[in-house]
This record gives sequence, structure tokens and C-alpha cells, in this order.
Amino acid sequence: MSDRNPYAYDSKIEGNIIFTQLDTAINWMRSNSLWPMPMGLACCAIELMAAGAARFDIARFGAEVMRFSPRQSDVMIVAGTVTYKMALAVKRIYEQMADPKWVIAMGACASSGGMYRSYAVLQGIDHLIPVDVYVSGCPPRPEALLDGLMRLQKKIMGEHSFLQQKKELLASL
Amino acid sequence: MKLADVAEAITSRLGGGVTGRAEFRGEMTLSLQPEALHQVCEFCRDELGFDLLLDISSIDHFEHEPRYEIVYELYSLTNGLHLRLKTAATEDHPEVRTVCDLWPTANWHEREAWDMMGLRFAGHPDLRRIIMWEGYPYHPLRKDFPLEGKFSDVPDVAFTEPAPLGGGPFVTAPVHGTTEVREPRARRAGDPSPDQAFIAES
Repeated sequence: MSDRNPYAYDSKIEGNIIFTQLDTAINWMRSNSLWPMPMGLACCAIELMAAGAARFDIARFGAEVMRFSPRQSDVMIVAGTVTYKMALAVKRIYEQMADPKWVIAMGACASSGGMYRSYAVLQGIDHLIPVDVYVSGCPPRPEALLDGLMRLQKKIMGEHSFLQQKKELLASL
Repeated sequence: MKLADVAEAITSRLGGGVTGRAEFRGEMTLSLQPEALHQVCEFCRDELGFDLLLDISSIDHFEHEPRYEIVYELYSLTNGLHLRLKTAATEDHPEVRTVCDLWPTANWHEREAWDMMGLRFAGHPDLRRIIMWEGYPYHPLRKDFPLEGKFSDVPDVAFTEPAPLGGGPFVTAPVHGTTEVREPRARRAGDPSPDQAFIAES
């Protein structure tokens, strides 16, 4: 280590080289650049907007690039009441997202139907698509959504993305 | 022109179609024969200046005949008057004549009444569902339709399943009395209202 560059890991070879596993590197890149698909369906979407705005600043967690095209999104944030009329549209948009993809169910309605025990409301988006993180609240505060996002990042860091791909490849042969 | 004059004008011109007249807190309600509805509406629009149809709503008097009541809220922008017209439809033949030709706004209101309550409007140009999707087999605001809903499936459009009510439906208490009396607000249908309990205690 030299005085000029105290943070080099192995200054004998060269500065700025880090040894790591491929999985960890991929997960690190994925988890810190989550582009959300803002599936705003009710009042939770207002809190989602607040989380994206200056005061709470979702950009601190690398998720500020809200994409209104599912082709460009990584994580769908289902924010609000999913009616049966909307349910298949949500599923369709989820299916249009490219892998790898994740889902955050934001708030009581998206998680379980919430207070709408009614003929018109799907009782939780997990009836249709797999959910990674549930955020409680009605609506949750932006901090709660950010906490959910951080938990999702933690979850992604624990995934075996490369191994999984290899297994899927071998299974398909 | 006042509301009383309006009611007088209608009864003197088309009195045979008017079955009832009620006045409550300055609001005038006329009950009409279903056959006279369109004629009265046309008269109201053309000669009494009711140029705005505010709303069409419907009531389900389940287990009573005639089962359905349809309510038309008229407003006159020129005179500042609000008139309510009511008419009835039977369970076997829940149909009245459309008023789309008089007020175009009736189009969507009548579609909503068809969708939610299953009332038909003869002569409507486009009587499709407006809130639920085409193919949904029920009319959810009817009294004999359960709150939790029923199974249905229209492939590639939508499906429905009954919602878990967990012991409900819960009935909200009227907001009289202190918080102590009102809480808990979740009560089952058929429980004595907290007001009665409060009166019995005091």
C-alpha cells in the first residue's frame, strides 16, 4: 500500500483490483440498479411518487429510473388495489418484463386485498404473480417502501444467479 | 319559477302519469308511471328548462314489488332548480324507456344502472357494461348478490373469486354518542346498534 492510494487491495499487481465471486459481482450490479415498473393503482402510488421525489430520494438506492415500459424494468412495484378488471393486465405486464425480475407488493391492498373484502377486488397480487417483498401499511410511508427495497436488495445479494443459470442450462440440454 | 310551480305544471299537463309528490327540506320528488317517464322528462327539458341531468341512480327493494326504483336527478341551470323524478320497474321486466335522446349524459348513467343493477333501458343506443367487463354474469349491487362476490371466469379478460369475509360483513355504527359508545366500530349485522345500548343504559 502506498500513501497515495491507501485503499488498493493488492498494490503489488495494480491498484483498483478486487477479487470476488461472479455471483456476488452480478448480484451487486443487479441490486444496485433496480429499475422499477411503477404499477400505481391507488393511493399507494402517491407514496411511491413521494419515495421517488426529493425528500425521500429513491435514487440513493439506485432505483430512481422509473420505467413505464415493462421491457426495461427489473422490479414491479404493485402500489395499490388490484381489481379483477386490472388483475390480468398486471399479470400481462409482469410477463412482458425481462428476466431477472422481482415484485414488491406495496401496501395492504396489493398484499392481501386490504380492507376491500369485496366482489371487485383480487385478494392479493400473489394469487397471480410471485411476490418477493410485501410492504405493510395503508398506505405505507415512503420509508417503508425504501426498507422493502433494501430488503429486496439483500435478497438479491443472496441469490445464486450464475449457478442457477448453469443449472437451468444443464436441465434444458 | 319555483319548485311548487314546476310540480303544478307537470301535474296539470301530464297528471295521469304522476303517482306521488313529496316535498322534504326544500327538495321536490315526483313519482311517475314508467310509461309516462319519457314524456315527463321531455316536458321538463323543453318547457320547464331542466337542461341538465345530474344523475340516474337505482334502488333495489328486494322482496317487494315493484322491486326496482329508478331515480332521475334533474337540474335547471337557468332557474337554479333541482327536481327528482322516480319511477319503478318490476323484477320480471326490469325495463324502462331510455332518456338518452333527451340528455346524452344519460348514456353512461344508464349503462351503469344496467351493469350494477341489471336494469334495461329500451332504445338505448349502446347498452354495454361500463364498470364490470363484458361477460361478467352478475349485477353486483342487487341485494341478493353477496358482498364477497361469486366465482366467474371470462378467459383472457378477467376472473373473480369470493373474498374471505372473516366473520363479516361488519356494519359501521352511526356516529352518535361518545367514542366509548361507538367503539369498537366493527359490529356484525343484526347486533343492536350502540345507540340503543347507550339509551338502555342511561
